[in-house]
Amino acid sequence: MMPAGAAASRVPAGIEAVLRDPGFWGDNAAVIGLLVIGVAFSLLTPFFLTWGNISDLLVSASILVVLATAQQFAIVTAGIDLSIAANLPWAAVVFGLVYTGGFGIPAAIVAAIAAGMIVGVVNGLIIAKLRVNDFIATLGMLGVMNGVALIVSDGQSFSVSSPFLQALALGSIGPIRYFYLIAIVIALAAHFLFTRTAFGTHVLATGGNRDAARNMGIPVDRMRIAVYVINGALVGLAAILLVARTGGSDPSLQTSQLLSSIASVVLGGSSLFGGRAAVLGTVAGALVLTTLLNGFTLLQVSEFYQPMAVGIVVIAAAVLSRLQR
Amino acid sequence: MSEAMPVLEVRGLRKSFGAVDALVGAELICPAGEVTALVGDNGAGKSTLIRCITGVYPPDGGAIAFKGAPIGFASPTEARALGIETVYQDLALVEDLTVWQNMYLNREVEHGIGPFRWLDRRRMIAETEAKLERLLVNMPPVRAKVRRLSGGQRQSIAIGRAASWGSALVIMDEPTAALGVRERGAVEALIGRLRGEGVAQLVISHDLEQVMRISDSVWVMRRGRTIARWRTREVDRTRIVAAIAGAEG
Repeated sequence: MMPAGAAASRVPAGIEAVLRDPGFWGDNAAVIGLLVIGVAFSLLTPFFLTWGNISDLLVSASILVVLATAQQFAIVTAGIDLSIAANLPWAAVVFGLVYTGGFGIPAAIVAAIAAGMIVGVVNGLIIAKLRVNDFIATLGMLGVMNGVALIVSDGQSFSVSSPFLQALALGSIGPIRYFYLIAIVIALAAHFLFTRTAFGTHVLATGGNRDAARNMGIPVDRMRIAVYVINGALVGLAAILLVARTGGSDPSLQTSQLLSSIASVVLGGSSLFGGRAAVLGTVAGALVLTTLLNGFTLLQVSEFYQPMAVGIVVIAAAVLSRLQR
Repeated sequence: MSEAMPVLEVRGLRKSFGAVDALVGAELICPAGEVTALVGDNGAGKSTLIRCITGVYPPDGGAIAFKGAPIGFASPTEARALGIETVYQDLALVEDLTVWQNMYLNREVEHGIGPFRWLDRRRMIAETEAKLERLLVNMPPVRAKVRRLSGGQRQSIAIGRAASWGSALVIMDEPTAALGVRERGAVEALIGRLRGEGVAQLVISHDLEQVMRISDSVWVMRRGRTIARWRTREVDRTRIVAAIAGAEG
């Protein structure tokens, strides 16, 4: 599942050697965690390991996977995007307003993704051109876009329903639901970008060693703007999924999605200091968080315990990741 | 090759920063297949001279000729396009990328058509192996991340990268200052091999033993001026030290 470190660096022969290498555990913390949690829940309840439940789990993980991939783009350049919590409802409101205004689904889709991208462009320009720290810039945009979303929607959530959205939320190709098909495609595309393209390599270099990247002639400012534009487009896409899933546009902040997106990336083994992108690890991280909630629900554990468990898992993963090579 | 046409020739170079005259008459000649050492105290103008040659600073006066033609570099990118590569002390390597990714950083070989392009990894890995094998005694695995390499291996890769892009002049700023004895030996061996391949090399070094070991000529700068030049085999350490201190020239 994780091609990153293990395959690339000619591990000495023998599974034992691999298992003895602490770096293996550090690099694959999220996948290992996912397996452990999965096995535990399947032993604890017969309802966990059924196709119906797994499919539900994947559907509820889909939005987070797209958001975490968006977050990955910011984090890989040693940045972070706090404005996701406001950009997501902003793009959802734009989608809803354009659709309910009678412009049709294609226009609403384009508008939502464009709305997300505009926030990305502004984030990128503030960070790369005005030289404002990523944390501060996106914290500011978090407030600005929260306000804008509330203003244009008049602070009200409103229902948005269409056959298209219903099909998107409930439909499938064979057993594969559209929802997680989209998430899988996005994650694979991001993985491909980082590992197989010059653009992705330049983004990694910009995050890993900005001076070196500049020295080698990479336009680092343009790279930093580009990652926030991609990030914004993905948030716009996630907003469409959110409207399809909830059946409406809600302008209120999506703080838990923001925190989960950062937690997924950290769980997945990407460094917050940039330069390292583990997209498939990020997907595993998002699945770990979603699986915890799913399992707890099946086991009828009080929902008050859920955030605590998620927090403990994130810290445990961070400790494990210190073993990374 | 025409008889002894130097790869780089600097004449009477001047550069001021406000009231500070950093260069007041710098001279330098770097012939192909030779190691030219540039020595001088801190603040003598060595770094400013390098930055003028590589296009970081525009000089105020004087002339720089590259392969006989006068040049006025507007940017480091232009200097690089002409075949001038610089290995700075920080090496400009990205630790989280592999050796081959660093080797081809911003020079990636791609497949594909139009805007749909992806990396030709196999070719870049194979060519990195071929290039470094020729230059290095102790080949690091080209698929390993630079993070896992020793200081000497990193230095060798940075120099190998600079030298392997058909560059005519490789400039090195203190290439072994941070290395142990054994690793220093490996880097000096690499410099020797590049000389054999006809590359002009300009080395800034404070280590005069090393200057005596590896260079063909020594140029001494003091207070922004070139004050002495010798063939290395015709000079001894004591005279170089005296020149650096200002007692000669």
